[in-house]
Amino acid sequence: MDFTPTTDQDLLQQTVRQMLTGTCSTAQLREMIDKPELRRRLWNQLADTGVFSLRLDEADDGIGFGCAEAAMVFEELGSALVPGPLVWSHLAAGPVRGAADGTRIVGGIDRRDRVLLIEHADLIDDLVVIDSDGIWSVDLGEVVLTMATQPIDPLTTIGVVSHLPQGTQIGDHQQAVEWQQIGAVLTAAQLVGVASAATALAVEYAKQRQQFGRAVGSFQAIKHILADMLARGEVARAASRSAGVHLDDPELAPLAARAAAVAKIVATEAGVHNTKDCIQVHGGIGFTWEAHPQLLAKRAQVLAASFGTVDLLADSLFG
Amino acid sequence: MDLRDSPEERALRLEVREWLASVSSSMPSRPALDDEVGWRTHDTTWQRMLFDAGYAGIDWPVEFGGRGAAPAEHLVFLEELSRADAPAIGVNFVGQLHAGPTLMVEGTQAQREQHLPAILRGDEVWCQGFSEPEAGSDLAGLRTKAVRDGDHYVVTGQKIWTSRAGISDVCELLVRTDPDAPKHKGITWLILPMDTPGVEARPLRTMSGSMEFSELFLDEVRVPVENRVGAENDGWRVAMVTFAFERGTALVGEMLEAISLVARLHQLLLATSSGRSAGELGALRHEIALIAADLDGLWALTKQNVSEAGRNGTPGIGGSVFKLYYSGVRHRLADVAMRVLGRGALIMDDVGALPTGEHVRGWFHSVSLSIAAGTSQVQRNIVAERILGLPKER
Repeated sequence: MDFTPTTDQDLLQQTVRQMLTGTCSTAQLREMIDKPELRRRLWNQLADTGVFSLRLDEADDGIGFGCAEAAMVFEELGSALVPGPLVWSHLAAGPVRGAADGTRIVGGIDRRDRVLLIEHADLIDDLVVIDSDGIWSVDLGEVVLTMATQPIDPLTTIGVVSHLPQGTQIGDHQQAVEWQQIGAVLTAAQLVGVASAATALAVEYAKQRQQFGRAVGSFQAIKHILADMLARGEVARAASRSAGVHLDDPELAPLAARAAAVAKIVATEAGVHNTKDCIQVHGGIGFTWEAHPQLLAKRAQVLAASFGTVDLLADSLFG
Repeated sequence: MDLRDSPEERALRLEVREWLASVSSSMPSRPALDDEVGWRTHDTTWQRMLFDAGYAGIDWPVEFGGRGAAPAEHLVFLEELSRADAPAIGVNFVGQLHAGPTLMVEGTQAQREQHLPAILRGDEVWCQGFSEPEAGSDLAGLRTKAVRDGDHYVVTGQKIWTSRAGISDVCELLVRTDPDAPKHKGITWLILPMDTPGVEARPLRTMSGSMEFSELFLDEVRVPVENRVGAENDGWRVAMVTFAFERGTALVGEMLEAISLVARLHQLLLATSSGRSAGELGALRHEIALIAADLDGLWALTKQNVSEAGRNGTPGIGGSVFKLYYSGVRHRLADVAMRVLGRGALIMDDVGALPTGEHVRGWFHSVSLSIAAGTSQVQRNIVAERILGLPKER
């Protein structure tokens, strides 16, 4: 056993981080809110870095990595709040033409959801649907939807669906289950990134913000919040990477479903709590539209509601 | 990143598993919970069995009588012990995890020869004399004084929370040798034989009713200077050496026990489901599941820490956050266990044939976990200041 990243894995993560530093700064993110064309341009850069193709074989122009590496990449995507249907396009790379190289932006939806909402409905070129029977390709032109005027996360636009056609089947039940599990792990990884970004931002603010003549980060009341944030994020990171390894290793396959559920549960707790704590550490400024913490908190909620809620997944643990 | 046994780890796992199966019928039988002397015999008998089979101090370097196992191999060993429900480290904890490693680095050749083999064989049981009534979280504020008198130190003072003092042979003792120096600079680390005149251990009853803790009263106790470990007034650094030995495996036995305890709690819930409403059953089941998820997450972190230690010698960032998070999860586990027990939680005995007593004991244990070896509040300060780089309060 060596549950630490290899040099290649570290390098992959750093490459993605560097690309995002130049393309997804907080200022650039703000600009993307009202400009879908900027999000599409970012999509091409994500594709060039291999975000969508990284689990495809090299023969199919992929990188030949697994879910463990994908989890590390998605930590970075989460941390930088990269907008778009990242998990769906990543899952669709292969079965849906154009997804891997970013020429088509593929969105997705679970037909079993009680409320049928499609993230980034105004941005996507293709739609995939999963349900108990399998995976379906649905012609977007036949979907009836209206764009929500007030999405919770300004960087995640939402289409409210009133008619969802059956579509053409492109995967069976087993493949849909697999997508569900991989989707849960990659969403967990994004939550790990969001949780860690919230910790880093709160720590930075606590060191710099002065009250009572000293940095607020010197007060134990603040320190203890920050220490708990770090702990939650690190447990979640280990759980999410562990789930990635479980999905990749056939020997661990019997434990993979549980590991994926655990990752999503623990990462959701970390993402949701850390982002609220980040606002708390910022005080009033954290509640403003201009400050960054709101975007982290809102994204955490979007991710928490994707690929299985904490309660649904907790219910699955004791089978 | 992989979670598979390497061929060497696999071989060790099978070897240990086979040995444990071969001795399963001859493992010492467990004494009553409050039988301290019985537990000493039990734990040291088991230690001797490990020694004879070549497993004592499996992670100790070969030159000190160990097997030099890598952290991941040590983890495999501990997993197999847990799987076979073998005895825990028990009374050998301080000797094997604290005093032994300290002597390896800081001890003289004579000290090593006298104590290390005895610790491995289970012939010598150590206790810890660090905390004092006025020096808890602020350990460096300890006051027990040691005055040099020829080739002896004369030690007078009081220690507290000394586990198993009454059945120990030797104590790792921190004393103040320079009352005028800054508090971290006037401390010395001594080896105190417990049968030295002037040493009196008075049992301290804990809230669980157990008697494993003692207060240690030291009245002009003469300790030979040759029992000093490290230089005079350098004891704080010597005490910190112990922590450098932590490879992310210190709480593995504890962690594996918690994972099986939560599974047993779920079994208990199922066994007592009749008469419970659907809402009650669902709520309890849900909370147990969330705790199980957290423990699985912590287990992944443990593997990450152990792997990191195998590569770099220290368990990395996770080592410091582990105990903090783990204590919190154990509190939640204990609280929900008491709710599952309902009125069964009013007694520490099992309720008829139902194994309820262990959950009441687990509740007591959780209370101690967030205090022992650095309270959760001290842990948060450490994490915030040393890892996150936040400024000190003053």
